[in-house]
Amino acid sequence: MYDLVVIGGGPAGLAAAYQAYQHGLRNILILERDKELGGILNQCIHNGFGLHRFGEQLTGPEYAGRFIKMLNDTNVQVSLDTMVLDVTPDKKVHCVSKKEGYRIIDAKSVILCMGCRERTRGAIGIPGTRPAGIYTAGTAQRYANIEGYMVGKRVLILGSGDIGLIMARRMTLEGAKVLACVELMPYSSGLTRNIVQCLQDFNIPLYLSHTITDIQGNGRVEKVIVAKVGPDRKPIPGTEMEFDCDTILLSVGLIPENELTRQAGIEMDPHTKGAVVYENMETSIPGVFASGNVVQVHDLVDFVSGESELAGASAAEYVEKGEPESGRVLNLQVGDGVGYTVPQRVRMGNVDKNVTVSFRVRRIYGTSSIVVKSGDTVVARFKRERMTPGEMEHITLPRVLLEKAPQDTLTVQAEEAQKS
Amino acid sequence: MKEVICICCPKGCHLQVDEEHDYKVTGNGCPNGLAYGKEEITNPTRIVTSTVRVTGGIHPRCPVKTDKAVPKKLVPAVMEALNDIDLKAPAAGGAVVIEHVCGTDANIVTTRSI
Repeated sequence: MYDLVVIGGGPAGLAAAYQAYQHGLRNILILERDKELGGILNQCIHNGFGLHRFGEQLTGPEYAGRFIKMLNDTNVQVSLDTMVLDVTPDKKVHCVSKKEGYRIIDAKSVILCMGCRERTRGAIGIPGTRPAGIYTAGTAQRYANIEGYMVGKRVLILGSGDIGLIMARRMTLEGAKVLACVELMPYSSGLTRNIVQCLQDFNIPLYLSHTITDIQGNGRVEKVIVAKVGPDRKPIPGTEMEFDCDTILLSVGLIPENELTRQAGIEMDPHTKGAVVYENMETSIPGVFASGNVVQVHDLVDFVSGESELAGASAAEYVEKGEPESGRVLNLQVGDGVGYTVPQRVRMGNVDKNVTVSFRVRRIYGTSSIVVKSGDTVVARFKRERMTPGEMEHITLPRVLLEKAPQDTLTVQAEEAQKS
Repeated sequence: MKEVICICCPKGCHLQVDEEHDYKVTGNGCPNGLAYGKEEITNPTRIVTSTVRVTGGIHPRCPVKTDKAVPKKLVPAVMEALNDIDLKAPAAGGAVVIEHVCGTDANIVTTRSI
C-alpha cells in the first residue's frame, strides 16, 4: 500500500510528488508512461521557463532537470514505461509495463497529473484531401528536438498558440521556410514575446482573422488555401490566398487528458474539460487529487508547479488526517466574459487565510475589473490593465471576504471599465 | 523614438526607446527592460537553443543552448556550427560542447544529461 500514487511524471507530477514528500509522506510512487521523467518539458528545448520560480530563464529540459534532481534526493519511487489503465474509486491503480506486467497498486491517495494533448485536424474539421504532411505542432516538435527528424521544408502554421510560434522559429532555424502563421481569431493566443522572437525576428507573417479553407495534394501536402474570416469566423469569398507548401503544423488548442478521470466516475467540469476540484485540488472522490494541465490548460509551467505543490501538500494532509472539515461549501460560477474557474468549489472549513482562483477571460479586455459576486452583493473586485484569453488570470480571495458572501454561490465576471 | 516589445519575461512590456537621448527606455515594468530596450536597438542578441547529434544515448539528439546571448546576426552561423558536433553519451547536463562559439564569449552547453 502506497501513501500516494502520482499518475504522470511531467512537471505536475514531479512537483506534486516532491511536495508530498516535503510534507512527510515517505511511501510515494510516480507512474510515467514514457521512458524518462520530465514529460513535455523534454521536447521544449527553448528557454524562458522558470522565471517566477527560479528567477532565471531555463530551457524545458533544465526546468524538468531541477525537479528530477530534487526528487533524486528523496526516496520517491518511479516506474517508467508504465501505462495506467484504470483508477478505481477505492484508489486501486491498475497499470501495465513490459518489465512488471499487470499490476494493481493500492494507494491511500492519488494525484492525477496526466497533462493534456493537442487538438488535431479531426477536431477542427479542415476541408480538403488527406495527404501526408499535416502534423500537430507538438508532434513536429518531438520529431525535431528528440527524434532528430525534420517534418518538412515549406511550412504553414495554423493557430498562433505558443507551441505554433515556437515551432515557427524552430523550423526556420533548422532550415525550413515558414511561409506564414494563420490565426482564426483577431488576436493571437500566444505570448507577445513569442510573436516578437519567433515570428518578427524571422519576418514570418502573422495573418489574424484568417483560416485554412482547403488542403490540396495527394501523397503529400502540395497547396493550402487561406481565406480571411468575418466577425462570425466564416471565410469571406474572394479573399483566398494560395500557399505552395509541403507541411502544415496545427497549433489549435489543447485538451486535458482525462480518460482515467472520467472512468473513475469523478465529476467533470464542462468548461475546463477537467475534474471539478476543491480549494485543495481534491476531486469529487476523497483522497483523489488532480493538478496541472489535466485540470486546466496553463500557459506557464511555473503555475503548473505551484498548483501541483498544493495538490501534493493536500494529499499528505489527507493521508495523515483524513478528509478535511467541510463547513459551508461555496460554488464558483462563471459570469460574463469568464470561461472557467479553478477551483470550482471552496469548503470554508478547509480555508486557512485565503483561496487563489485562476481562470481565463473569453475575449480581450482593456482597463477592466474582475468582479466576484454572491447574488447581488459584490464580494471582491480586482482591477486589471489588460486581460486576454491567452493569459491565465489569478485572484486571491481572503477568507474574511468569503465569509461575508450571503449566498452559497460566487460568480466571477469580467467588466470593462466605464468610459466617461 | 522606437517601440520595442520586451522579451525578458512573459509580460511583454511595450518599451519606448529614445535613440536621440542615450537610448532612454520608458514603458518598462522592471530593470531588465532598461537594458533590453537599449541593447535591442544598438546590438540585438538572442540565446540560441537547438540540439546536437548524440550517439549512445537514449535519444539521437541532445538539447543545447548558448550560455549567454549572442548577436542576432550570428544566429545562423551558430546553428551551422552545431551541425559538426557528434556528442558521445553519457554526457552531463551543462557540459560545454563548443567553447566561444563563432568567436563570441558564449559557450554551447548541453541542457540535459544524456
